[in-house]
Amino acid sequence: MLVDLAGGWNPMLGRLAWSQIPYDNPILAPLFVAVVIGAILVLGLITYYGKWTYLWKEWLTTVDHKKLGVMYILIGLVMLFRGFIDGLMIRTQQAWAVGSHSSGVFGALHGYLTPFHFGQVYSAHGVIMILLAATPLLVGFMNIIVPIQIGARDMAYPYLNALGLWLTAAAGALIMISLFVGDFAHNGWFGYAPIFELQYSPGVGVDYWIWTMELVALGTTLGGINILATIIKMRAPGMTWGRLPIFVWATLSANVIALTSFPALQVALALVAADRYLGAHFFTAGLGGNLMLYTNLFWIWGHPEVYFVILPAFGMMSEIFPTFSEKPLFGYITMVLASMAIAGVSWLVWLHHFFTMGAGPYVNSAFSVATMLVGIPTGVKVFNWAFTMYRGRLTFNAAMLWAIGALFLLLIGGLTGMMLAVPAINYMVHNSVFVVAHFHSMLLVIVYAIFASVIYWFPKVFGFKVDEFWAKTMFWLFSAGTALVFVPMYMLGFMGMTRRLDYVFNTVWHPYLLVMEFGIAVYMLSVLAFFALLYVSIRDHAKNQVGADAWGTSRSLEWLTHSPVPFYNFAVLPHISARDEVAWRRDNGIDHVQPDHYEDIHMPNNTGVAIILGGLTFVLGFALVWRIWWLCAFSLLAIIALVIYRSFKGDPGYIITAAELEEMEKEAIRREAQVGKQRHQAGGGVLGEAIAYERSDLPPLASRPSSSVGLDHRS
Amino acid sequence: MSSHASNVDPKTAELWDKSHYQHDVISTRTFGYFMYLLSDGMLFATLFAAYGVLSYQHSYFGGPTPADFVKPWYTFAQTMALFLSVLTYGLGMNALKHKNKSGVINGLLAAFVLGALFLALDIHDMTHLASLGITVATSGGMSAFIILTQVHATHIFFGLIWILVMMAQVLTKGFTTDVVGRLLTLRMFWHLQAIIWVFVYVFVYLWGYMS
Repeated sequence: MLVDLAGGWNPMLGRLAWSQIPYDNPILAPLFVAVVIGAILVLGLITYYGKWTYLWKEWLTTVDHKKLGVMYILIGLVMLFRGFIDGLMIRTQQAWAVGSHSSGVFGALHGYLTPFHFGQVYSAHGVIMILLAATPLLVGFMNIIVPIQIGARDMAYPYLNALGLWLTAAAGALIMISLFVGDFAHNGWFGYAPIFELQYSPGVGVDYWIWTMELVALGTTLGGINILATIIKMRAPGMTWGRLPIFVWATLSANVIALTSFPALQVALALVAADRYLGAHFFTAGLGGNLMLYTNLFWIWGHPEVYFVILPAFGMMSEIFPTFSEKPLFGYITMVLASMAIAGVSWLVWLHHFFTMGAGPYVNSAFSVATMLVGIPTGVKVFNWAFTMYRGRLTFNAAMLWAIGALFLLLIGGLTGMMLAVPAINYMVHNSVFVVAHFHSMLLVIVYAIFASVIYWFPKVFGFKVDEFWAKTMFWLFSAGTALVFVPMYMLGFMGMTRRLDYVFNTVWHPYLLVMEFGIAVYMLSVLAFFALLYVSIRDHAKNQVGADAWGTSRSLEWLTHSPVPFYNFAVLPHISARDEVAWRRDNGIDHVQPDHYEDIHMPNNTGVAIILGGLTFVLGFALVWRIWWLCAFSLLAIIALVIYRSFKGDPGYIITAAELEEMEKEAIRREAQVGKQRHQAGGGVLGEAIAYERSDLPPLASRPSSSVGLDHRS
Repeated sequence: MSSHASNVDPKTAELWDKSHYQHDVISTRTFGYFMYLLSDGMLFATLFAAYGVLSYQHSYFGGPTPADFVKPWYTFAQTMALFLSVLTYGLGMNALKHKNKSGVINGLLAAFVLGALFLALDIHDMTHLASLGITVATSGGMSAFIILTQVHATHIFFGLIWILVMMAQVLTKGFTTDVVGRLLTLRMFWHLQAIIWVFVYVFVYLWGYMS
């Protein structure tokens, strides 16, 4: 039943052996030492400050969607950093290993990475950036923002939410451990048949790749179900479909994609696993296998997936532009329709990833036209954002800068995407770095939108704003890095440089590669600026405290509740009367009206089951990679037993009484009043030090209804 | 205030919910589970697509094809076992409406026995194939045939475990919100597996037999 392995295997440890630990690798061994020292330091500090109980009770067992979202974002940022380091290594190798006279170190003929190691680096870079950086970052924001925006106290299934987080964490841990135990795949992030077959990739790298992606896929599918059910079932009274904040619509369309497309990935990879573990012939070159079946199955997921990550980014931009233009979003309904149209068309374009398969002119034309169709709803969105800003009262703070940067990158990425949609052009630039530059432009739209959102929603989650100076410094450094890396990359693509070269034979390309290397150094500075941003913001947090409506011009429902958001979100669920509820209340002077009496509320209990299941899933993945069958059986049985245990135990939840609630609310309101007073004395006004200019045809800033006006409102 | 898409008068608007608005727990759970089943359907759709691609003559690489070993009457017996299992589960759910505990238990028990019969027939079929030397490693076509049918059988296996768990929960906990919600979701799961089986029976077994 199981395939015979070329290397050693024993029942106790499977394929695991000392020789699989790369202790002689000059890059990995020092890194391993650094990681171990870092881990001991962190664990030691937690023990020294006695924070284990706090960590376990408040974070590791939490089912609070905001905390889970914060942890998703932390995982995403850590993986973003790891993926960035991979990118830095790729760029350095390509800047170094140019021409036959280039030197080589660490066993490489040219540069410092052997071809096999280089293959692992770019494969890990792709998997990490798409599935373990972009996806958790976006899921984190959906988790935090969506329930507050629709006026819910939590997600529809808080326990499932925690499970999704810990599955993602298990996947991240699995790909990280592949650095130090065994290898990672060298077949690119999307894999090629038949190179990933056991015959051609006998190591464990491909197995790490399979089970990492399977775990992310499972976590994301479960998360998608949770978010969809939350949006459809948990909206506050009065929150009709037409009043739903636009980020919620974007999330809805994205998760329809996640729910329907991730199973295809799960099957595609499970079939690769069947080939590698059971000796099946799905994608083998002989015995009736079909190589292109794999590529089709993968991209049937792969293309919807890229829209799954870009649609929430569009939603974030749609929230940020109106807030800092002080205007409602232009074309709300067309924006919703565009999101849904993109989600629908995402299913019809997968073949444009391999026009060169040779499907013939009719098939290629159909997919070419379908691909160009994507440009229509995306164009609608771009124009809607432009018209939102047009004649608005613009504030160019850091969040707005990042959002505008995303818009420019979308223009570049979108137009080059239209070029690639033409099969005739695609045949010319297929597999060139032009394609790489194109999809990096698109994925950078997401990164820009994420950093915009970090700045924009940070005060809502933590109660204080981040430092404007460092946020802007980071923006300009990051943008300079983007230009320096990707403009030469587009040019090299036109010159015919193919992707994934561990050795660059053409010395004419060298100057461009050096400019890109310089660009990655500028990116490194922006990473340092991000650390400075975090440090300075936390150091000065007392100075940057905010009230419920952190920006003074916010529009959607999340800005109605306190900052930081209490764990129950809303003491009394709001009754929604308008599309931009907070803007409507503020414009009518009723934004400070608080509920006059409280009721008991029911909240879910914390649970340790989710994190234990995540840990067991990690063990299962590790055991599958190394073919330790007894450990597979043990962890699988433990998972089933734990699920059944949880099902018997259930969760009755607990009650926050009205009196407790009133106490907590009083405290929050008192704090907010104090923050308001401080801001008033500092003379910063609602906009702080941001630039704003007055317009003669709009009411001046000073005469807008102040918060005291409508306080006599009685409903 | 057309820009806010609101025609509510702010002077009289209700700002905070006073209706003790409650989300319906069972409806939220069954809806979420329904979406999980959609993703399960996509999983099978992908497997069927793979089977479609890998069921040409050359996919079998000159080796055995389903026409060589499929016995339609054997698989028809499996079909009847699974359909009757769904039917008895449905009778159990009918008893649930009358809060009839023994009716529910009997329905679940019958569903379990018939489901186990289905699974036993499947396992017997697979061991028979193995004795003929036909495994996933035989050819691409046989890989697709066996993986598709056995993924379905795995669903049945987990469904059987779930039925046992629900029998225990009905006996120990009675008809609480949690238990009723799970009985309904299990019913959806069980029913979907029967629907998937219709496709497996028609497009894999019967079509394979006739081609």
